[in-house]
Amino acid sequence: MKRTLWRALARSPKATAGAILLAVFIVLALFPGLFARDNPTAEAYPRNLGPSAAHLFGTTGLGQDVFAQAVYGTRQVLEIAFGAGLASTLIAALIGVAAAYLGGFWDGALSLFTDVVLVIPLFPLLIVIAAYVHNSGTGVLIAVLTFTGWSYTARQLRSQALSVRSRDFLAAARVRGERAAYIIAVEILPTMISLLVAAFLTNALYDVLFASSLQFIGLGDPNSVSWGTMLYWAENNEALQAGYYLQAIVPGAAIALLGAAFALLNYAFDEIGNPALRPVRAPRAGRRLASLRTRRPVNA
Amino acid sequence: MTELLRADHLTRHFKIGGRLAGGTLHAVDDVSFAIGEREIVALAGESGSGKSTVARLLARVYPPTSGTVTYFDESGTGKPLSALRSRRDALRYSAQVPMVFQDPFSSLHPVFRASHGVLRALKLHRPELSAAERRAEAARAFDVVGLGAGMLDRYPHELSGGQRQRVGFAQALATRPRLILADEPVSMLDTSIRIGLLNLMAKLRDDEGVSILYITHDIASARYVADRLIVMYAGQIAETGPVEDVLAAPRHPYTQLLLSAVPDPKAPPPSLEAMAAAAGERGEPPKVIDPRPGCRFQPRCPVATDLCATVTPELLPLGSGEAACHVAQSDVEVKAFS
Amino acid sequence: MLEVSGLTVEYAATGNAGGGNPVRAVDDVSLDVKPGEFVGIVGESGCGKSTLLFAIARLLSPPAVVTAGSVTFRGENLVSMTERRLNAIRWQNLSVVMQSAMNALNPVMSVGAQFADALRAHGTSSRKAVAARSAEVLRLVGIDAVHLGSYPHQLSGGMRQRAMIAMALLFTPDLVIMDEPTSALDVVAQRSLMTQIKELQRELGFAVIFVTHDMSLVSHYSDRLVVMYAGQVAEAGLTRRIFDRPLHPYSRGLLEAFPSIRGAKVHLSGIPGAPPDLSVIQNGCRFSPRCPAKLPACETTAPALLDREGTSVRCLLYDPAPAPATAASLSLTRPRQSRRRRND
Repeated sequence: MKRTLWRALARSPKATAGAILLAVFIVLALFPGLFARDNPTAEAYPRNLGPSAAHLFGTTGLGQDVFAQAVYGTRQVLEIAFGAGLASTLIAALIGVAAAYLGGFWDGALSLFTDVVLVIPLFPLLIVIAAYVHNSGTGVLIAVLTFTGWSYTARQLRSQALSVRSRDFLAAARVRGERAAYIIAVEILPTMISLLVAAFLTNALYDVLFASSLQFIGLGDPNSVSWGTMLYWAENNEALQAGYYLQAIVPGAAIALLGAAFALLNYAFDEIGNPALRPVRAPRAGRRLASLRTRRPVNA
Repeated sequence: MTELLRADHLTRHFKIGGRLAGGTLHAVDDVSFAIGEREIVALAGESGSGKSTVARLLARVYPPTSGTVTYFDESGTGKPLSALRSRRDALRYSAQVPMVFQDPFSSLHPVFRASHGVLRALKLHRPELSAAERRAEAARAFDVVGLGAGMLDRYPHELSGGQRQRVGFAQALATRPRLILADEPVSMLDTSIRIGLLNLMAKLRDDEGVSILYITHDIASARYVADRLIVMYAGQIAETGPVEDVLAAPRHPYTQLLLSAVPDPKAPPPSLEAMAAAAGERGEPPKVIDPRPGCRFQPRCPVATDLCATVTPELLPLGSGEAACHVAQSDVEVKAFS
Repeated sequence: MLEVSGLTVEYAATGNAGGGNPVRAVDDVSLDVKPGEFVGIVGESGCGKSTLLFAIARLLSPPAVVTAGSVTFRGENLVSMTERRLNAIRWQNLSVVMQSAMNALNPVMSVGAQFADALRAHGTSSRKAVAARSAEVLRLVGIDAVHLGSYPHQLSGGMRQRAMIAMALLFTPDLVIMDEPTSALDVVAQRSLMTQIKELQRELGFAVIFVTHDMSLVSHYSDRLVVMYAGQVAEAGLTRRIFDRPLHPYSRGLLEAFPSIRGAKVHLSGIPGAPPDLSVIQNGCRFSPRCPAKLPACETTAPALLDREGTSVRCLLYDPAPAPATAASLSLTRPRQSRRRRND
């Protein structure tokens, strides 16, 4: 099954594009020093320079190299995306599937809890929490995003698990004597792999956007290097009004590209999981009509 | 006949509908029967007759609303299922009384290999075996059901429907069962493949000494493979007895209806009058919600009397078996459907 | 009235299965249906019978495509027909009853609304006329008209199938195609439905193509029978003749796979093995690996469909072989150019 997965990934142009894009960002995050010579926080250069050979994207209002900032900022963004994305997907999986499988009282209780967290307005909550714990770094951001991000996915996974619950192989496992925890973890979750991957990719995408938005309005740590903080300082610097477009466009484009990478991979996994979504190329009509033959029907 | 399992006045009701307009669905009402060693008992009936509910009650999927099921282990001591509380007892019961399911396309986990269920069953119920011994046992189980050891590593989507059902039987065999609950194991297979599975069931009875409760709606296959027949209608038993006797001389009008409806290719085609008479019989068993006393087959029964509408018939011995029909019990020969 | 001629349906290569060979689900199938006739198509799962049905009704979707042959219905070729003309013919002259009513009926619309949908699509617009016709077809199949307001899940299995048949009869078509309509029903409901279909056929005069894997089901109701195997016609002829004297070893095996409730109890062995993988190109007869009457030539020569006293059969046993093989020699039969099928 793994082999078909790789083959399917390689065949889909969306998947390949998304994978390559994501890989580029991962490499940038892991080895920033290979690509950017300058220290991103060093206010060593003349301010608000335009693009040049020395500074690919120019400098910021504080004299920092924009390119270096973009490259070094990748790491924090990816930490948030993967960290919060994985954590929220995992929690959603456990709660959603347990609710569906256990049914009855537990389903009611867990669903109620999920619904309450779900209807909390997300952005105001993020602002309130972040305002209380400002300047405390990526870890808190990940925790906050996880806490507010799992409920939507939990509902999705619960619905999917409900539809799987009536399948005979689960009844067979129950009758065989398996424990509930085993059934949830080993029998139910693997059938939902494509949904889990899709949920992770969606969560990662939204976490990037939310984190950057929070940092943009100043609720992250403005001294850290991240695309959101780049936007914050650009806004602070009135970069767009003053004509220093790159200071805002570069982080914005980076966010958009990373989001696109996740989105492309998401489409690709949808197609792998659900063959009905694959683009089908019907054979050319000419061949079909040209080969019509007539034969005498067999008279029975 | 050494008894393996005995059901006494087994009853299972389900609450349906909301709090305001709810009712009680009488899925199984006052069902009593016994299964002995080395025999295949067919439990026949249409959908809604309660046969699948009986199977799930015996498999302990849910407890009965009333009545008991007594299981006799190797030493002959009988214990009611409700007394099997510890995990060890429960595991031992599910090892000795496993279940085979109806739908070959959903009874095997699609992500794991075909050997997954067998190996898990062995791990749970025979923990004394090493990994290599488990694999050998799995190969043996596959061999008994007619699948090669090479099938162990195939995925379910690579197997045909008949092969998947055989895997289901292998999963049941792995734990050295005494009674297999087979819930319509061949209903979803093509008619030409059913015979292979039915022959397998007979072989399990003869060679491995396993009893089978064969649940089906197909009387012809019941005749082919079973020793005794139990006919259920609307949650109650209509008739029981040795299979040949029941089919040769059915006493309950419902059994006669079932037999007349089975298409027999070797019989001459029915006449126009017979077809017209048959078209009137819609074939809809009732959904038994909050029933009143009286025979549940009475609305469809051509020989019903006033007694049938008011008094529920009891399952009483008649001839070599039992029947629950006022008219049959009154020594009148019933000829309801030809 | 309906003439299928040399129809071939292929599934375009998916690339994963069979190394890129297109799967020929229906291979050069011909049959014809006269007005008012009941034709049964019988075969195991995967023999192509459902694909054949869908091809006739022009319901195939990619990657399945008709690559050869024609389907002539009342003089017009359905395969090459435009969508507009098809829409005019569909339901008026040709309708389809699917296998599972729960899947074919819209679960969120009432039965009456679905009837009205079909009626309005073909021109009946007045509410009175729609209501009258809907009630009439329901009465035909024995359902009380009060159920027009019911949703599919409120009806029992048997009633749902009848509602499907009623919908198929809204315009009293000339031909109704049925894909295993009784497979979800119990035996009493099954018989009731079959006799109902037969009665309606007598009353309204439409022809029926009935696809099933259960041969005993059609034994009493069909006039002619087509037995399919691995995408090809194995045997075709009058039902009674095939039941009394099956020619093809596959038909024989099918008939013997049914345990009977009357007569002596005999041990049956069924047909060993499984149908072939159609993505692998076959040489010779496709049934030969499972055939109890196999000849050495069967492995290499694909038999043609021949006529034997009114029954068509595709088997070398009935082929007047040009050179009878002697006991010692295992030589191949001489290729017969005029009738030889392509070895695939």
